[in-house]
Amino acid sequence: MPDNDVLVKVEGLSKKFCKDLKTSLWYGVKDLLTNMRGNVSDRELRPKEFWAVKDVSFELRRGECLGLIGHNGAGKSTLLKILNGLINPDSGKVTIKGRVGALIELGAGFNPILTGRENIYNNGVILGFTKKEIDSKVESIIDFAEIRDFIDMPVQHYSSGMKVRLGFAVAAQMEPDVLIIDEVLAVGDLGFVLKCFKHIDLMLPKSAIIFVSHSMPMVSRICNQIILMEHGVSVFQGEGVAKAIDLYYSRFSNSESNVIFADGSIELEDVKLMETKNEIGGVQQINWLDDLKIYFRFKLKNQINIPQFEVSIFDKEQRSVAVLKKNKISDTIEVKDNLIEFVITNKRVQLSKGLYSINIYVGKMNTGEPLLRVHSILSFQIIDSEEVWPPFLLASTFENY
Amino acid sequence: METRIYQKENNLSVFKLLKASLKDIYGSRFLAKQITVRDIKAQYRQSYFGILWAFIMPLTTAFVWIFLSSSGTVKLSDTDVPYPVFVFSGTLLWSVLRQAINTPAQSTQGARGLLSKINFPKEALVVSGVYKLLFDTSFKMGLLLVLMLIYGMPFQWGLLLFPLSLLVIILVGIAIGLLLTPFSMLYTDVGKVVSLGLSFIMYITPVVYVVPPSGMMKTLMELNPFTALITVTRDVLLGGDFVYLSYFGVIFLITIPVLALALVWYRLSIPVIVERN
Repeated sequence: MPDNDVLVKVEGLSKKFCKDLKTSLWYGVKDLLTNMRGNVSDRELRPKEFWAVKDVSFELRRGECLGLIGHNGAGKSTLLKILNGLINPDSGKVTIKGRVGALIELGAGFNPILTGRENIYNNGVILGFTKKEIDSKVESIIDFAEIRDFIDMPVQHYSSGMKVRLGFAVAAQMEPDVLIIDEVLAVGDLGFVLKCFKHIDLMLPKSAIIFVSHSMPMVSRICNQIILMEHGVSVFQGEGVAKAIDLYYSRFSNSESNVIFADGSIELEDVKLMETKNEIGGVQQINWLDDLKIYFRFKLKNQINIPQFEVSIFDKEQRSVAVLKKNKISDTIEVKDNLIEFVITNKRVQLSKGLYSINIYVGKMNTGEPLLRVHSILSFQIIDSEEVWPPFLLASTFENY
Repeated sequence: METRIYQKENNLSVFKLLKASLKDIYGSRFLAKQITVRDIKAQYRQSYFGILWAFIMPLTTAFVWIFLSSSGTVKLSDTDVPYPVFVFSGTLLWSVLRQAINTPAQSTQGARGLLSKINFPKEALVVSGVYKLLFDTSFKMGLLLVLMLIYGMPFQWGLLLFPLSLLVIILVGIAIGLLLTPFSMLYTDVGKVVSLGLSFIMYITPVVYVVPPSGMMKTLMELNPFTALITVTRDVLLGGDFVYLSYFGVIFLITIPVLALALVWYRLSIPVIVERN
């Protein structure tokens, strides 16, 4: 069998759920009975039902990783449950080859009163290990989880991070052909998360991975295919991971600015991007390597000296990616009619394609004592043909040495 | 490589499904054992007397009956055996039957959280329920044997058949329980009706008294299939005239195919239930 064979094949998969508990239970009884007749007839929506997943199709080969993103309730977890064989689809078909491992819940089967060591067995056996396999792996599990000192302590006294460590350490012993991961690595400290990803990297060439996460850095790090789901429907599908992530973020674009701190002495009156190419939906656009020029107008309420202005740039994930150098006393900004107007310029901006927002911090020139602090005062978009995940695309030249 | 297909349409070949179910029961024997060990350990670990409690409970019941009998509060009915032994064995067998009926639903309910997260052989839950039932019963059995010694009852060879007839009781209970489980997972009413029904049925089953020689009670009791189960098994234990042996045999023969269907039904129903929970 060729190694690049399709391991997961999903064709026109749909699943419906019911919004009302009582109705749902009654449908359940009906479904139990039609289930016994083989479910051959087509399924339509009954009253109070909706499609949680509608007509999703994809194929996944060994060595590929599919990222599944979307807002809460978009149908990602439902899709995973069908893939894992926990619930049956209402139409369509899933074909999975090989061993399936699911990192959907870590530490399943743990009993809080039993020790970590005992729970390795409880968890392992539910994941499908034999006693012999666990016996031979128990030491490496304890080492991987790095909790040897506490392994004979009841799990109820573990911190949540320790439980996740132990759970992942057991699950990491699986050697699946198809690995399903659902937002489980969010807990645990940074060191452990990195360790988990290193482990997933090791598994990647040997398996086909389906990865659900809200953490776009993680998605962009390991996925080479992506499905963006919205209300059960796949709205974007393909290999453009960065594009899908952009699309995902644009669903949450928050253009409202909020004043975090104001002592009343200074007020932001206007802010805009100068020399922009275009504007879509209130978001101004400039090209990569254009000059970033931001115009500010402040109104002074009290007589104060020229303060310090600090402008910082955030990406769509609210990661702070850059800060513009503050003004100095020697800079010639002046107060005119109680107004301060200036333009702050960053030449040939090298931020990568995407959506950014700006925060401003105004403080006293010498002490830095805060006067005004406003978040998300302006959003802008960098336009470029190249899609990259990191926040900077630095211009470069290659020459013979 | 193993290939799995998930779709709406079910494969309705009973034999294939039953084969898969039995294969899973065999394949998950370690899982069933591990769940049993886990639950029993967890039950007794946070306790000073620990496993002793498994003795203490049936022991007190036995003492109550011995007291009631020796103080003359309950009049000895026309049993051939000492009344405390009769009652103790009756309640023991009845509780086995009741637990066997309840255990599939209880185990499945207990694993509700797991069912919607991890794909594992669900049959292991039922098997581990049987293990726990046997564990509880073994303590009561030990006490019963002690009681029989105290009352100077003879042990006869028939006693060797006891595990077999106990197994029949368990299988009947499990079959009924499996058939009810999908419904009781959806509606809690089912569980309540079952326990209510069983507490009534107990009074038309010779648990604490014998089948009367005539009258309406006799008719009711003889219509009740549990009568044959309890009586024959008690006859095996304590010696008796095996009046209902053929009835017992018929029940056993019916139970085998019913249990097979019940396993298939359980297996097919789990995904429907997981989705509604």
